Amino acid sequence: MYGKGILKGLSVTWKRFWDTYTEDISWMLRGKKRYNTDEGIRHRSSKDTKGIFTVQYPEEQLIVPEEFRYVPFLVYDEGADGKKDVRCTSCGICAKVCPPQCIWIVRTNDPATGRPVPVPTDFYVDMDICMNCGFCAEYCPFDAIKMDHDFDIASYGRNIYNIDKLLKPASYYAGIRPENYTREEEARKAKEAARAAKAEASASAA
Amino acid sequence: MATALQTQTVDLVARFPAIVTADARSGYTGFIVNKENLVEVATAVRDEFGFDLLTAVTGVDYIAENKMEVVYHAYKTIGGTGLAFKVQVERVDPIEVPSLINIWAGVDFQEREAWDLYGIKFTGHPDLRRILMWEGYEGHPLRKDWKEPFFEEETKPFKSRWPEGKHTFSEEKNPFRDNLNFPKDFDPEKYIVNKEEDLYASLERYTTKDVEGSMKTDHIVVNMGPHHPSTHGVLRVAVTLDGETIIGLKPVMGYLHRNHDKIGERNTYLQNIPYTDRLDYFNSMSNNFGYAITVEKLMNIQVAERAEYIRVIMAELSRVQNHLIFIGMLMNDLGAMYTPSLYAFEERELILDIFEAVSGARMMCNYFRFGGVVRDVPDFALKKIHDLVTDRLPAKTDEMERFLNENEILMARLKGIHVLNAEEAINYSVTGPVLRATGVPYDLRRADPYSIYDRFDFDVAVRHNGDMMDNYLIRFDEIRQSLRILEQALKQIPQGPINSQKPAYQVRVPAGEAYGRIESPKGELGFYVVSNGKPNPYRYHVRPASFVNLTAIESICRGTKIADFVALLAMLDIVMGELDR
Amino acid sequence: MDYEKLSLPNYNIPDDIQNAVAITTLDRLYNWGRRSSVWPLMFGLACCAIEMIAAQTARYDLARFGMEVMRPTPRQADMMLVSGTVTKKMLPSIIRLYNQMPEPKYVVAMGACASSGGPFKEGYNVVAGIDKFLPVDVYIPGCPPTPQALIAGLIKLQEKIDKESIKTVRWYNKEKFDGNYVPMPILGPDLIDVRRNAEIRDIASAKATQESA
Repeated sequence: MYGKGILKGLSVTWKRFWDTYTEDISWMLRGKKRYNTDEGIRHRSSKDTKGIFTVQYPEEQLIVPEEFRYVPFLVYDEGADGKKDVRCTSCGICAKVCPPQCIWIVRTNDPATGRPVPVPTDFYVDMDICMNCGFCAEYCPFDAIKMDHDFDIASYGRNIYNIDKLLKPASYYAGIRPENYTREEEARKAKEAARAAKAEASASAA
Repeated sequence: MATALQTQTVDLVARFPAIVTADARSGYTGFIVNKENLVEVATAVRDEFGFDLLTAVTGVDYIAENKMEVVYHAYKTIGGTGLAFKVQVERVDPIEVPSLINIWAGVDFQEREAWDLYGIKFTGHPDLRRILMWEGYEGHPLRKDWKEPFFEEETKPFKSRWPEGKHTFSEEKNPFRDNLNFPKDFDPEKYIVNKEEDLYASLERYTTKDVEGSMKTDHIVVNMGPHHPSTHGVLRVAVTLDGETIIGLKPVMGYLHRNHDKIGERNTYLQNIPYTDRLDYFNSMSNNFGYAITVEKLMNIQVAERAEYIRVIMAELSRVQNHLIFIGMLMNDLGAMYTPSLYAFEERELILDIFEAVSGARMMCNYFRFGGVVRDVPDFALKKIHDLVTDRLPAKTDEMERFLNENEILMARLKGIHVLNAEEAINYSVTGPVLRATGVPYDLRRADPYSIYDRFDFDVAVRHNGDMMDNYLIRFDEIRQSLRILEQALKQIPQGPINSQKPAYQVRVPAGEAYGRIESPKGELGFYVVSNGKPNPYRYHVRPASFVNLTAIESICRGTKIADFVALLAMLDIVMGELDR
Repeated sequence: MDYEKLSLPNYNIPDDIQNAVAITTLDRLYNWGRRSSVWPLMFGLACCAIEMIAAQTARYDLARFGMEVMRPTPRQADMMLVSGTVTKKMLPSIIRLYNQMPEPKYVVAMGACASSGGPFKEGYNVVAGIDKFLPVDVYIPGCPPTPQALIAGLIKLQEKIDKESIKTVRWYNKEKFDGNYVPMPILGPDLIDVRRNAEIRDIASAKATQESA
C-alpha cells in the first residue's frame, strides 16, 4: 500500500508524543516529582529517558560532571583573619602552555633585593580569547589555577579578567570538584609529611 | 605501529634510475622525483605499481635550503602502506611544478591550495585560482618569510606574557591598528574591486555552445551561499543552470579559513591538540586521534594499553553521533524539517554527556595526549557508555530506521540518484562512506590498521549501487559496526595506566616527517607533520576528508537537477571547520 | 507617590492589593512583547553554530523563550547571533545581512571568536571581533559556550530589552537615526574598511617613506 512507510514513520512520532504523558503519569503514580528535582533531571539524562527530554534552564540546570570546564579561575586558601593566601607563585607555566596565549602575568619583585617573590602582582586572562582547553589547570604544579563550572558570565562588554575577578576561595573549588580536591589535598599532605620527615632526618643526621 | 621503513614497499629508484632518488634526509622516507619527469613517474606509480588513490598533496617551504617541496602521498585501495614521492624546486618565483590533475583528478583543490598558500604554480592545471583566500589577496601566507599583520613572535610561548606581563594587544602594535597589512603606497580609493571574472569564466568550461537548429536558451548563474541554510555552514556554490539542470558548478570556499596550518606551525606540539578539536567540530575525538598518532609516529613512542581502548571507544562513539547527525541533517535538507534531526540530537546529547564527563567539554574535548589520554574514564561514565551501547543506541538506530527508511517520499528522493561510481570516486580521491557506498571496501581501520583496530571483529560496511539511497543506508551500517566495536572494546578494556609518558608541557620530537591518517567519520583524515627537532612543528598540514571529497562535487552534480544538489551536497557530509581549516 | 518608579521594571505592587491590581506601562508591555519574540537569523559560522543548533533542540529548547523561529532571511529576523569565527572573506556577507535586517535589531557575539577573534585572533584571515564593525549587545565568552551558557547570554539580552524605553530607542528617533547602516568592506590586498580609507592611505604612504628612508 502506498503511504505505508509514512504511516509507519508517523507511528514512531506518535509513540514519542504519547511517551511524554505515560512517563509523567507513571512518575505521578509513584509519587515522585519529574520536574525541578535532581532525580528527574538525572533520569532525563540517563539511557532510560523517554518523552520530554527538555531540561528547562534556567529553572532547572543540567547536572554537570565534575570534570566540566568552562573558564579558568585562581584558587586562594582562606588564611586566618580572612587573609587571601594566593596559591599562584607566578611560575608562568600556564602562560607558557596556553595555546592562544591569553594569560599574562606580572611577577612580583622584592623592591629591596630585586629578586622575584612567589606571588603574582597581577594576573590577566582574556576571557574572549580563552579556548577553554584546560591546559593551564592541567599543568599547574601548585593546583593554583582551575577550571570553573560557572558558565553564566555573558556581559555587555569585553571580558578581560584581572586577579581580583579571577580569585575564588579553595572552599568553592572543593564544592565544584570534590574528588579532585580531596585527591590533591591528600597528595599535598603526603608531600609535606615526606618533606618534614626528610628535614627531621637531615636534622638528626646533623 | 607503522614504522618509517614500511613506506618503502616499492623501489622507484630501480625503475627510474636517473630520475628518482631516495629521500636520504634523516627521518624522511619516500622518493625525490625530478620535476621534468613527474608526470611520467606518477603515471607509473598509478598504473604499474597500483597506487590508485592519491590522498594528500601539499607544499613545504624549506627556506634555509632555498627549496620548495611538493609532497604526494599515494595509497592502494586494496590496502597496505603507501608511497610518498616529492618534487623539489628552487625557491625563486615563478615556482613551477607540473600538475597531476590528468592522472588523479583529486589533486584539483589540493593543488589550488598549494598555489594559494605557497605560490606554487602547477602548470597544466586548468583552473588555478586561489581557493581559501580571495583573488587579489597580497602574498602567499604559508611561506616562511610571510608575516601576518598580528605577528608577534616566531614561536609560542610569547615572551611578553611572562614574567613582566607587558602584554599589549596586537592592535596597538600594528600600524593599521587592526589585523591588516597593506602594501606600501596603497590607495584604497583607487583599488579596482575583483569582480570574480575568473570564477565565472571557469564555470563556462563545460558549457556547450548552442547547437544549430535547437532552441536558443540562456544560462543562468546562481550563487548559493555563503549564507544559505543548506550548505552546512559558510560554503558558497556558483552554479550555471540550463532550466533546472546544473551544467556547471564551482564551490567557493575559504569563508571559514582560520589559518589552522599557519597557527599550527607557531604552536608547540601540545598546543595544537585543542586546535585540532576545532577542525571537524562534530568529531573532536577523531581529530585528536589523528594528530596524536601522527606525532607519536614521529616521537616513536608506544601508547598505554588502556589508553588505546579508551581512544577507540571515544572515536567510535564520535562516529555514531556523527552519522546520526548526518541522517538528521540530510532530512532537514530534504525538507523533513526538524523532527528527525531533533531525534538525532537527543542521542547525540547523551553521547556528549559522556564526552563531558571524561574530558570536561561537550564538543571541544582536548582529550588525547601523546602516549595516551588526559585522564581515566570514571566508572560511572564507563557504565553509561555500556548502557548506551548495549541498550539504547541499537534500539534507537532501529527506531530511526523504522521512522524513515520505508518512507515513500524519502525513497523517491534518494533511490536511483547517482552519486559516484567506484572509478570516479577513486580518481577524485574520495574516501570514507561515500567511497564505500560505491562498492570499494576501503576503510583505514582494515586497509591500514592503526591503533588497535586489528584486534576487533567487525565488517567494513559496503554498498554497491553508489546512489543516494546507498550513501544514506551505509551510515546505518556503520553505526551498527561501530556499536559492535564498542561492545568488544568495553569487554576487553584492561586496567592500567592511561599514559605511557610523563605529563609534560613540552615534548621532544626528533627531526623527520610523518604522515598519519585515520578513518574519521567523514573519510580519511591525515596529518602531515615535519619536525626539525625544535619544540614547534616546522610544517603542520591537515589533509581533511571534507575538502578532498568536495573535489568530486562538480562531477557529481553536472547533469542533475538543482533540487537534488542540496541532497547531493549533504551526502558528502562536509563540515566547514575541516574544509576551510 | 513617585510615579516615575512605576515605569521601572520589577516594580513591586504592595501585598494587600496584589491580586486586585495589575499595573503596567506602555514600555513594559512593549518590551515584554519584544523580548518574548526575538527571532534569530538562521546563520551559523563555525563551531559555535553547532551549539546554537543544539540549543534549539529538545534538551534546551529555545522555543521556551520565543526564539525558536530561525529565519533564513534577514528581513524577518530580529537578532543576529554571530556564532563563530568571522573571517575577512566572510565579513562583507555578514555586513550585508546586518544591513538588510530591519530595526529593532540586536547582535549577540557568541563565543570567543566572535567577541574578539578568539584563539584564531592571530590568523591572517580572521577579523578580531565582530564589534569592530557591528554594535554588539551581548558578549558570551566560551569556546564554544555550552547551550546553557548561550541561553544565559540570551537572558542577558532580554534583560537589556527590558530596560529600553519607547521614548529613547534609536529606531523611533527620527532626527538621529541613520538606519544603523554599516558601509560594506571591500576585499582588496587585505580587508578594506571603507570608513577608514583616508587613514589607510596615509599609513600606507608613511610606510613607503619609512622604507625608502
